[in-house]
Amino acid sequence: MVTNSRLLWVALTLVALVMLLPHSAPLFSAAFPRLERPVYTQEPFAWLLWQHIVLVSASSLFSVVVGSAIGMWVTRPSGQHFKPLLESMLAISQAFPPVAVLALSVPVVGFGELPALVALALYGLLPVVQGTVSGLQGVPAAQRQAALSLGLTSRQCLRYIDIPLALPVWLSGVRTSVIINIGTAAIASTVGAKTLGSPIIVGLSGFNTAYVLQGAVLVALLAVMVDMLFEKLARRIA
Amino acid sequence: MTGGTRRNPVLASLSLLTAAALYGLPFLQIAPNRLVSGQPIYFGTVAPVADYLLHVLLLLLLLLLLVSTLACFFKPTRVCLYASLLTAALAIPGVVWLAASQASLSLQSESPIARALLGSAFWVALVLLSLTASSALQQLRASALQFALVCAALVWAVGLLLASGVCDDLSLMKEYANRADSFGQVIARHVQIVLLALTCTLALGLPLGWAAHAQPKASGALLSVLNIIQTIPSIALFGLLMAPLALLAASLPVLSRAGISGVGLAPAVIALTLYGLLPVVRGTLAGLQQVPSAMVQAARALGLTHFQTLVYIELPLALPVLLGGVRTAAASSVGLAAVTALIGAGGLGSVLFEGLFANAQDLVLLGVLPIIALGVVVNALFNFAIVLARRRVRPW
Repeated sequence: MVTNSRLLWVALTLVALVMLLPHSAPLFSAAFPRLERPVYTQEPFAWLLWQHIVLVSASSLFSVVVGSAIGMWVTRPSGQHFKPLLESMLAISQAFPPVAVLALSVPVVGFGELPALVALALYGLLPVVQGTVSGLQGVPAAQRQAALSLGLTSRQCLRYIDIPLALPVWLSGVRTSVIINIGTAAIASTVGAKTLGSPIIVGLSGFNTAYVLQGAVLVALLAVMVDMLFEKLARRIA
Repeated sequence: MTGGTRRNPVLASLSLLTAAALYGLPFLQIAPNRLVSGQPIYFGTVAPVADYLLHVLLLLLLLLLLVSTLACFFKPTRVCLYASLLTAALAIPGVVWLAASQASLSLQSESPIARALLGSAFWVALVLLSLTASSALQQLRASALQFALVCAALVWAVGLLLASGVCDDLSLMKEYANRADSFGQVIARHVQIVLLALTCTLALGLPLGWAAHAQPKASGALLSVLNIIQTIPSIALFGLLMAPLALLAASLPVLSRAGISGVGLAPAVIALTLYGLLPVVRGTLAGLQQVPSAMVQAARALGLTHFQTLVYIELPLALPVLLGGVRTAAASSVGLAAVTALIGAGGLGSVLFEGLFANAQDLVLLGVLPIIALGVVVNALFNFAIVLARRRVRPW
């Protein structure tokens, strides 16, 4: 119950801020008297929020589908030889900061929404793969053997034993992936994507602290809200 | 046996992919200047222009790699594995050398501002060859020391090529030459940000972790606060810190004279410190929790004070797990420190973003490659420390 009401409050605050910020010029000009334009008006905040959510959802959908498939494949007999290889790839790619993936995708696909989408989708893969593999590996061998000896086919075993038992760990991987993507999407405005990071980047380059604050509060609230949603989901599964 | 009798296709598929990448993707790009994208040169067409002998040698090496990895697939003997390892390891500096010499030859007929950019085939081949070598090592069941030796040999070989001046015509090396005087300072600044943040994180996180262990009731609240901080995107956290810090500096001249303001080092270090707290507190807590309570009771019964028990019993036993948390904090702050360039903290991120905003691909790489190398080094150092700490706890 506590998380429910907290989640509601965060969501309400986010919506209220998106609606009210365009009308908050007097407040910000009082706080930052030296700024000529104290409220970001290049794009409406609601549109930026929508863009941010679309970008993160599209890339996360890819990461979750492909990441889970890879994770399941290397834990099956047909792909198990590739597991050590995948583990060393995961270990190497952890040294890649999200900004680097973003910056390196620009020369390949150009400026705009596309490099952001590519970078987010690729970077989001890692936690999902990791969650899937460690979730499936954590399934006790005795349970699988019991199921197999009861006559379940290996497909049924996957469906009724492996997947339900691996779900909580898998979900925490998805959660990490989505939260990282929300943050990376904010930085993606440096490569030309319009997201809630745009006010921050425009503000930073134009010494407009009010813009930075407006963008930062909205991104932070969005991330916290989504994290709480996952928390709720995790409790329901457990 | 479900897996032992199956044939292992990893090495063979890696080497086939390497060949496909080399022939399907551009190996080099020759651009009229630093900002324009260039004409691709493919690996297959390198031969007539490039160092002929080098190209033939590399082709032989790749052929040998294909043969030995295919042999590994059909009959995985140690000889085949060693052959795969050796050919893959030799091909890594070979690919670098060929790209460099081809770049020099192609630029001879171009204007002085023309650039030779490394193409996607080069990078993909480099990654795949490294993965081939590491897979071969894994299948040979090599020890960590042997892994480290092979890594050191490869780094030494590529470093020798870079130092010899063979690679100076590559665009990446030209970007480096442009800022060679200040590059050391940029790296030092990056390391400074990370070290300052790590020191602050440890100074706060270790006592907090200990307190959370001593007061289990309060630990839940502490961890959920730290989790919320961790959830806030880095760039938003910098932004949230900017306004209050600027206000503080404006109202307290002492602070601004000490160099603290809304932009620069102060918000960067504070934000990285806050991010590092969750893994460090979690690591300390988990480390202390897994110390057997019988050990602590025995120490107390022998007359050790609370403080002595903590220093001589609990901390050494908690150290391996605790260091794991510190490793996570340190490795992630190496990457996050790149973003702090946006708020004027400097470091390697400033090179990265300068390249990004100027659309200069190799300047981006010049920023990214050292960040990745730093991340790998930090990770390896902590892994080594964890092994040492474990050995101290269980000397047998």
